[in-house]
Amino acid sequence: MAAVGALVQLLLLLPAVLEAAAPGGTQRDTLREELLLSPLPAGDVAATFQFRTRWDADLQRGAVSHYRLFPKALGRLVAALGVRELHLALTQGFWRTQAWGQPPLQAPAGAELWVWFQPTVTDVDKAWKELSNILSGIFCASLNFIDSTNTVTPTASFKPLGLANGTDHHLLRYAVLPREVVCTENLTPWKKLLPCGSKAGLAVLLKAERLFHSSYHSQAVHIRPICRDASCLAVSWELRQTLTVVFDTFSSGQGKKDWSLFRMFSRTLTDACPLASQSKVYVDISPKNKEKDLLEVTPPPTSIHEAIVQGDKRTYAVYDLLSPSLFNTSRSLNVQLKWKRPQDSSELPTPVLHAQRYVSGYGLQTGEISTLIYNTHPYRAFPVILLETVPWYLRLYVHTLTIITKGKENKPSYIHYQPAQDRRRPHLLEMLIQLPANSVTKITIQFERALLKWTEYTPDPNHGFYVGSSVLSALVPSVIAMKDVDVEQSPLFTSLFPSSDGSSYFVRLYTEPLLVNLPTPDFSMPYNVICLTCTVVAVCYGSFYNLLTRTFHVEEPSRGGLAKRLANIIRQFRGVPPL
Amino acid sequence: ITDVLTAVALYLAIQDFNKVVFKKQKLLIELDKYAPDVAELIQTPMEMHYIPLKVALFYLLNPYTVMSCVAKSTCAINNTVIAFFVLATIKGSAFLSAVFLALATYQSLYPLTLFAPALLYLLQRQFIPIKLKSKSFWLYTMQYAALYLCSLVVIICLSFFLLNSWDFIPSVYGFILSVPDLTPNIGLFWYFFAEMFEHFSLFFVCVFQINVFFYTIPLAIKLKEHPVFFMFVQIAIISIFKSYPTVGDIALYMAFLPVWSHLYRFLRNIFILSCVLIVCSLLFPVLWHLWIYAGSANSNFYYAITLTFNIGQILLVSDYFYAFLRREYYLTHGLHLTRQDGTEAMLVLK
Repeated sequence: MAAVGALVQLLLLLPAVLEAAAPGGTQRDTLREELLLSPLPAGDVAATFQFRTRWDADLQRGAVSHYRLFPKALGRLVAALGVRELHLALTQGFWRTQAWGQPPLQAPAGAELWVWFQPTVTDVDKAWKELSNILSGIFCASLNFIDSTNTVTPTASFKPLGLANGTDHHLLRYAVLPREVVCTENLTPWKKLLPCGSKAGLAVLLKAERLFHSSYHSQAVHIRPICRDASCLAVSWELRQTLTVVFDTFSSGQGKKDWSLFRMFSRTLTDACPLASQSKVYVDISPKNKEKDLLEVTPPPTSIHEAIVQGDKRTYAVYDLLSPSLFNTSRSLNVQLKWKRPQDSSELPTPVLHAQRYVSGYGLQTGEISTLIYNTHPYRAFPVILLETVPWYLRLYVHTLTIITKGKENKPSYIHYQPAQDRRRPHLLEMLIQLPANSVTKITIQFERALLKWTEYTPDPNHGFYVGSSVLSALVPSVIAMKDVDVEQSPLFTSLFPSSDGSSYFVRLYTEPLLVNLPTPDFSMPYNVICLTCTVVAVCYGSFYNLLTRTFHVEEPSRGGLAKRLANIIRQFRGVPPL
Repeated sequence: ITDVLTAVALYLAIQDFNKVVFKKQKLLIELDKYAPDVAELIQTPMEMHYIPLKVALFYLLNPYTVMSCVAKSTCAINNTVIAFFVLATIKGSAFLSAVFLALATYQSLYPLTLFAPALLYLLQRQFIPIKLKSKSFWLYTMQYAALYLCSLVVIICLSFFLLNSWDFIPSVYGFILSVPDLTPNIGLFWYFFAEMFEHFSLFFVCVFQINVFFYTIPLAIKLKEHPVFFMFVQIAIISIFKSYPTVGDIALYMAFLPVWSHLYRFLRNIFILSCVLIVCSLLFPVLWHLWIYAGSANSNFYYAITLTFNIGQILLVSDYFYAFLRREYYLTHGLHLTRQDGTEAMLVLK
């Protein structure tokens, strides 16, 4: 009887035990990873890794204690500081839009951090400071240099990419550190946040010695809330980790433009990440100028996928790492691409929107920043929002701001300017400019350089000071109508930016960072300067003291000092008349 | 326009001042205060006739004035207000003088120190002797101080109502006193604070600001009989030691120099000082160009010229001061001094 009772108890307890052992329960998180390899017009290869973890839990409200795929460091950060959206990018190099085409996701050189906070946060600046310090610790980057002198609050540029209730721009903060260098030290903690680490799946390709031997390297973290399903009654959190690297196949491939995974990354893929629900490799094999059979991809892909990306119809060869047929013949997957005929590279397709920025002028007193924006669409005009952040020590003269399109003045329809305060906040200039079809718009503004205190210079002051990239956000009209994408079904690289309608796609471009020299004092002179200036003040003080405290007297003939008396004694001995 | 107004104001002021000086001289001669053989030191109406015109011309034709006019600097407006203040003081109108002084102090803080010479002059004009115990002295002082403070308060409150906030006080006066902007100018401060150790910056800011203000009391004690000369020295000290000096300030005190052209024979270093000033003024743009545009010189070059120029100015003012005091001594003790044994004597400061 007792045994039966014990058995019944065990049976009753078993479901509870089983339920506790089942991972997640009502909280489900999924991981999708993908790699997009696209040959660029100039012969380089761009590889974009995306790791997307989607977690159906509400980080803000429920006290979440069990983290599985979503990294605990980031989850606790979002919950504790009331972060609604977080975008951090660390980039080395510059995406050459004119040579490489429109980037899928561009980031400015250096470190860029922009965050939307929840409306419940009362002191946004305090939360921002804490957030940048914590992120600096997580990613081993010097993000703690982000303070009020390089943080701005844009009003129009950085709209939320996830779910948003209202958009009060006082909850947005944007900062960029153009001087930041990206290296292995930043890659390692980034890889640690991945569920499989760098041990399985696509992340095995991420080896530092090959990744940093490239023309462009950008790693980013994006956290945002998304709808859980079509009815959008509940919120899920999405974490995307993206890494974009551009390899120059010409120089590493001895003059041939053929490439393979092994040659680029010195590794091949062996299996998919066991925690991933989807793991795919896409290779862009779109025919250019309608020429088929220009290239050959080995091994043969598991499927072919066609999509309209950035206004262009593209064909992709898909390798599904989770399908059992892929690893039948060999244990590793080494995707190779061979060009059958030398490509006619004289015709580079120009992107619809691209921009350049440069600084001009001579001498160390004044200068001029010029931005050129090109709209190469043959018949459509569209507006673009330009955001410029200039540090306070380059004093902008807003009355010299000119915008010229096709020789005529172009007035922006929205302009927001926040002047700088010395040592407190930078200049912020945001403009909405209409770009006519097939035109070049030139925006110029003059500035004056300030002399800083000697402790405010960097250790190499003659290298110059960096001005962060300006940001161009635009909805570019596309030639081909795009269908609405379902985030769960389509590849990741098509669903990063939400598209409102099928006729245009969102593009965010960054211009070059600028390097500006400031007049420097002589750094070896502090003690000398103090002595000399105090000497001048003392001269004044001394002469005035003399004139104020002494009065004129008739001089009494003195009996001579000691020297005169000695001389007189010697003369007496000699018999010569005294002085 | 403001330059012309300044010149006109200075002209009228010096004309009046000359009349006062002449009257005073006559009085002292009649009172037999002067030694018998100082006839050649007394100012004659002939030479004094042209002094106001010389003053006005000195101001208008000064290259410094022309330069600050071309640069469209607000220094010209500052100079106009101070010139009108001088005119009002010499004419004897306490109310107008207080109003103009309040305006000048409102613009930049330093003309506050001109309160003392103005007070001394007005007391002299009312024939109130300056004794600390006399009631009429304190009464008049209080009246003048009250007028000045009231007009200052009125002007500040007007600004407050224009802006609806008190933010302008730290922005304007805090800026003058704490010297945050280090753009190179012809003064001493910019390089000093650019190379200052952070630890000491507050200390040295305070020291430099006090340096401008603290010459007032000793000069008042020494020069209480000659308030107009006191005003000149005070204006010169302000324009040398203020936190952001400009050449327009220098032009203002140089305009007063013809008033004391009779001191010429007692000036000791005038030739070398004028050479120093002219050469430094010419070298300023050259070395600036070399530092900023050509890149072949250092900031030290421009800084050195700043130092030399300021030393030149300081020595010029102290030279005039010396000459003035020496002439006063000669006036009361006679021009040819003899010692007890009849030989020529030397004058020294002891």
